[in-house]
Amino acid sequence: MSPQFEIQLIAVTVAVACALPGVFLVLRQMSMMSDSITHTILLGIVLAFFITHDLSSPLLLLGAALMGVATVWLTETLYRTGLLKEDAAIGIVFPLLFSLAIILITRYAGSVHLDTDSVLLGELAFAPFDRMIIAGRDIGAKAIYTTGILLLINLAAILFFFKELKISTFDPMLAAILGFLPGLVHYGLMTMVSLTAVGAFQAVGSILVVAFMIGPPVTAYLLTDDLKHMLILSSLAGAFNGIAGYRAAVVLDVSIAGSMAVMTGILFLLVFIFAPRRGLVSVLRRRSRQKIEFGKTLLLFHLYNHEEKVKVQEGVAIDTILLHLHWHERFTKNILWRLQKDGGIRIENKIVKLTNQGRQASLQAYEELFMQ
Amino acid sequence: MNSFFALLGDYTFQTVALGSMLLGIISGVLGSFAVLRKQSLLGDGVSHAALPGVVMAFILLGSKNTEILLLGALVSGLAATLFIIAITRHTRIKFDSALALVMSVFFGLGLVLLTYVQKIPNSNQAGLKRFIFGQASALLQRDVHLMAACGLLLLLLVMLFWKELKLFTFDSDFAHSLGFSPKTLNLLLSAMIVLAIIIGLQTVGVILMSAMLIAPAVAARQWTNRLWVMAILSAFFGGISGLAGTAASSLVPKLPTGPAIVLCVSLLVLISLLFAPGRGILHKLYRQEKNRRLLKTEGAAGNVSSI
Repeated sequence: MSPQFEIQLIAVTVAVACALPGVFLVLRQMSMMSDSITHTILLGIVLAFFITHDLSSPLLLLGAALMGVATVWLTETLYRTGLLKEDAAIGIVFPLLFSLAIILITRYAGSVHLDTDSVLLGELAFAPFDRMIIAGRDIGAKAIYTTGILLLINLAAILFFFKELKISTFDPMLAAILGFLPGLVHYGLMTMVSLTAVGAFQAVGSILVVAFMIGPPVTAYLLTDDLKHMLILSSLAGAFNGIAGYRAAVVLDVSIAGSMAVMTGILFLLVFIFAPRRGLVSVLRRRSRQKIEFGKTLLLFHLYNHEEKVKVQEGVAIDTILLHLHWHERFTKNILWRLQKDGGIRIENKIVKLTNQGRQASLQAYEELFMQ
Repeated sequence: MNSFFALLGDYTFQTVALGSMLLGIISGVLGSFAVLRKQSLLGDGVSHAALPGVVMAFILLGSKNTEILLLGALVSGLAATLFIIAITRHTRIKFDSALALVMSVFFGLGLVLLTYVQKIPNSNQAGLKRFIFGQASALLQRDVHLMAACGLLLLLLVMLFWKELKLFTFDSDFAHSLGFSPKTLNLLLSAMIVLAIIIGLQTVGVILMSAMLIAPAVAARQWTNRLWVMAILSAFFGGISGLAGTAASSLVPKLPTGPAIVLCVSLLVLISLLFAPGRGILHKLYRQEKNRRLLKTEGAAGNVSSI
C-alpha cells in the first residue's frame, strides 16, 4: 500500500469512527463533553506513564480512556450538586485536569519526550511511518489497525445497543421506566467517546477530534429526522471530509488534519446554507412567505371588519390602514399590491375596497383558523 | 519569607503578577455574565477560534507585535461568535454543538495557516503557537498596559450598560418587551466577552482561558444572590488567583504560571462550593441533619397544622 492510500484509509476510518458516537453527543446536547474529554486524556496518559515508564505501552491508552470516563463522572457530580450549570461544570473540570497534566509534565517528565503539542495537534502525515510488523512482515501502518479496531468496536456497540441508545437519548424517562438503565447506557456511550478520542488523537490531534465528532453529525442533523439516516449520513460526511481534506492538504501542502477540519467546516457551511427545508435559504424564504401570507390574511380581516362594523361599503383609505395596523409603508404597499393582483381588493383613489372574492377569502380563512 | 519579599521587588514578577491580576479581574466581571447566561464555554470556543486570526494577522502584516496579533485574534474570535449566533438562530442546532463545531473548524484553519506560514522562507514565525498556548512569563510591560487599557474599556462598558446587561441576562424576553433589542445586547455582550478572552490568551493560553472566565464567577455565585456583589466578588477571586498563581509559580521551580493560576482558582471554587453559607454543600448537609433530628425528637406533628 502506498503511504497516500494508507493516510486516506486512516483518515476515513478515524472520521467514521468519530462520527458514530458523535451523533449521540449532538442529540444529547453533550457536544462540549467531547472537547473536555479530548483535553483530559492528556492527564490519563501522563499518570499511566508514571506507572509504566514506557511511552509505547498500551496501558497509556487505557489510562487515557479511564480518565475520559472519570472526567464525565466528575463533571456530572459537580453538576448534580445543583450549585452550578452543566456548561460551567465542564468548564471547571477540564481546565483543572489539563492544568494538572501540564504541571506534572513540566515538573517530572521534562526529560522524556512527552510533548503537549503532539497530543493536542497530532499529524496524520507521520502515521505511515509507524509500521505494524507481525512475524517480521510489514502488514501496513499501525494506525490502520488501531483505528480499524476502534471503528469495529463503535459499529458493533451501536448495532447491538441501537434500541437502548435511541430510547435513552430521546426519552430517558421512558427508558428508565422500561428498565433500560439510562445511566448505564450513558456511561457506556461516554466510554465509547473516550476510547474513540484516545484512538483518534494520535492520528489527528485532540482538538480536531472534536471537529470529527461533532462536524459530520451536525451536518447530517440538518438533513434528516431519522436516527439511522443521521448515522449513515454522518459517516458519509466524515469519510468525504477525510478524503477531500487530504486531497486539499496535498495540493496546498499544509497540515492534513487541519485541512480535514476545514473541509468539515466547508461541508457544514454548504449544508447550512442550501439544505432543503432546514437550510438558511429555505428557512429565510419560508419566513418571508409566511410573513406575506399573514399580512394578506390580516389585511383582509381588517377590511372585512371595517365593512361589518361601520356598515359602510365605500372602503378604507390607505393612510387609515397604515395608521391602524402600524405596518411599514413598504410592507403595506407590497401586501396591497399582492392582494390586488389576487383580485381580493380594488384600489380607487387611494381607497381600498374588498371585492366579493376578497370577502369570501376572508370568511374562508376565518373559518379555517377559528371554527375547528 | 525573605525570598517572598525579594520576589515582590522583582521586575518580571511585578509585570507578570500585574498582568495576571488584571486578567483575573476582567474575566471575573465578564465571566459572571457568561456563566449566568449559560455561555461559559464561549471562552473555550473563542480562544481556540483565535488561532487563524493570529496567523492571518502575521501573514498579512508580517509583524509579531502583540497589538497586531491580538487584533487578528479579536477579528477571528468575533467572526466565530457571529457564526455561532447565526447557526443557533437559523437552525435547530443547539449552542453547544455550534460552539464545538465552529471552534474546532477555526482551530483547524489555524493549523492549516500555520503550516502554510512555516513554508514561507525566512518568515520568522516561531512564537505564534506559543502566543496561542500562552506564556505568562513572557509578558512585557507594554502588554500589561494594553491589558489595562482594554480592561478599563470593558469595565466602563459594563458600568455604562449595567441595567441593560442585567435585564438581558436574567429575562431577555422582558428586556425585548421593554424595547431593548436582544440581538444587539447579545452581540454587545458576546463582543465584550471575546475581547476579555483575547487579552487573556497570552497569559494563560487557549485552554486555560475558559477556566479564568468560568471559575471565579462560579465561586462568587455561591456567596451571593445579587449580581453586583457577584461581579465584584468574582473580580476579586480572579485577581487573587492571578496573583497567587504567579507567586506560586515564581517560588516553586518548574511550575508554569497558567496552570498554577487555574489550580488556585479551582481551589477557590472548591472552597466556595463546600463552605458558602446558605448554598454550600456543608451548610446543606448541616440543615438536612438538623431537620432529621428535629423530625426524630419532635416528630412532624407540630409542623403539620401550620402547613
